[in-house]
Amino acid sequence: MEQHLPTDLHVVKGRKSRLGRRLAPYLLILPGGGWLLLFFLIPILFLASVSLQTGNIFDGFKLTWHFHNYVDAVQRYRVQFVRSLEYAFIATAVTLLVSYPLSYWIAFRGGRHKTTFLFLLLLPLFVSFVIRTLAWQFILADDGIVLGALKRWHLLPQGFHVLATSTAVIAGIAYNFLPFMALPLYVSLERIDRSVVEAARDLYSNRVQVFLRVILPLSIPGVFAGVLLTFVPAAGDYVNAAILGGTKTTMIGNIIQLEYLTNFHYPIAAALSFILMAGLLVGIFVYAKVLGTRSIEEYV
Amino acid sequence: MAVATREIPRETPAIHEPRPGRRRRWTRWILPAYTGLVMVYLVSPILVMILYSFNNSGFKKVSFKWLGFTARWYPRVFDKPDLTAALKNSLIVAAVSTVIATSFGTLIALALVRYRFRGRSAADFVLFMNISAPEIVLGASLLSLFITFGVPRGIPTIIIAHVMFNIAYVTVTVRARLAGFERSLEEAAQDLGAGPWTTFWKVTFPIIFPGILAGALLAFALSIDDFVITNFNAGTVQTFPLWVYGAVKVGIPPQVFVMGTLIFAVGALLAVTNVLLQRKKA
Repeated sequence: MEQHLPTDLHVVKGRKSRLGRRLAPYLLILPGGGWLLLFFLIPILFLASVSLQTGNIFDGFKLTWHFHNYVDAVQRYRVQFVRSLEYAFIATAVTLLVSYPLSYWIAFRGGRHKTTFLFLLLLPLFVSFVIRTLAWQFILADDGIVLGALKRWHLLPQGFHVLATSTAVIAGIAYNFLPFMALPLYVSLERIDRSVVEAARDLYSNRVQVFLRVILPLSIPGVFAGVLLTFVPAAGDYVNAAILGGTKTTMIGNIIQLEYLTNFHYPIAAALSFILMAGLLVGIFVYAKVLGTRSIEEYV
Repeated sequence: MAVATREIPRETPAIHEPRPGRRRRWTRWILPAYTGLVMVYLVSPILVMILYSFNNSGFKKVSFKWLGFTARWYPRVFDKPDLTAALKNSLIVAAVSTVIATSFGTLIALALVRYRFRGRSAADFVLFMNISAPEIVLGASLLSLFITFGVPRGIPTIIIAHVMFNIAYVTVTVRARLAGFERSLEEAAQDLGAGPWTTFWKVTFPIIFPGILAGALLAFALSIDDFVITNFNAGTVQTFPLWVYGAVKVGIPPQVFVMGTLIFAVGALLAVTNVLLQRKKA
């Protein structure tokens, strides 16, 4: 991916311009890098700091290195943590299973209509995330277009409902993040050299073996990127749980939001966010080691 | 996500063409049918949104029940002043943050593609972290900073947040475009006596412009749609997604679906035009 090094053109111009060349990349990075430093990296330190404070919204908070906040956070919200990971895991598995055949078909058999299919795949992203989730609420509502009709025709018992169950939340998450799984999968499948597949067909001749021994292993980078791009946002999501879920489907995101923005329990909320971030980071690194550390950036 | 903005690779001949003499009858329809089904599943909420924007229910609240067709909400799309104000906020934030994030992100992309320098991989890593960190953590961290320094939340803090999460996306998108860039064109310009400034504006910029435009469109779309990070850093200011989310509990007025439909129509139209234009050029 590297381009050539800067050419020697400027060397003739002498020292000053050479120094300029040295400084140029830093000057280019400065505004954006400074912004990220100030509003992305440094805030993480403040998150850590807030998570070790004590106090309340009226008297203010003080940094007291109160590590017990973490113990409190875990003890109080273990259920929601486990639930978030569980939902994210199931939703990621579902999106992987649903989108693999889809991406495979578009990549290998899409033919002239590839662009159209990709466009359809991306179409949901033209609608606001909140409205998409809201639309599912309308679809799944007890007297909405689907369940209402089925109940009228007595195909479903009157008391049947989907909203406010874990199924609704997981389905919502799976729906919302499907494009993020399908696209990297598509990219990795599309990149597979067709002659390799041809060769494999000549050698193995069995479709299943060609798939298992050639196509699947070569698409692993796509699986890797897709799982990452789905699991991480899914674990931290709270919009689906808030709109499609009920009191028994609260995820850790809902709790962080509630503690931060409604209850103003900043330290507990910060501790929860920090645990979530640290947990996911460790998870990502272990996962990268297991599945190979091919560069993910090219898929993002 | 930036994958979407990359060019669609050239067509490749379909493989797995059934070999002569091999019989596969109905089974070969499984995958296409399946693909069709998933596509229907993907677009169904969009259809629902459009459908309910025509539902003949009350002004206050769209009912889950279908009460007949009406187009009367369309002329009255701006009849909810606070919703209109929220949409306006969203547009302002998206416009300002897109301009800032696109210029900063493009500069980083130029640095990363053009130069080898100490700290290059660190910069790469920060960008990767920024894209892959859960939104809620980004939002909560930034809020911690603002709380610590007692910064009042409002439109400026929302813009700060949006620039923060958009820079990396712009960089990734522009970098993809820069990677295939012919350095020799710039060298030719310089040989002909153009200074670095002229070279950039007359040669480099026009060539990478499509990449910058793609990055800007992505940034705009991400900004106007963002809920989580905005929710943490908005204070009492409402943006379009925040307003909709807040209305879920009390009831969604029909205007929400009308606005959603209009935004969708504009976005989809722009995308289709873009694809068609590119196809024409090719």
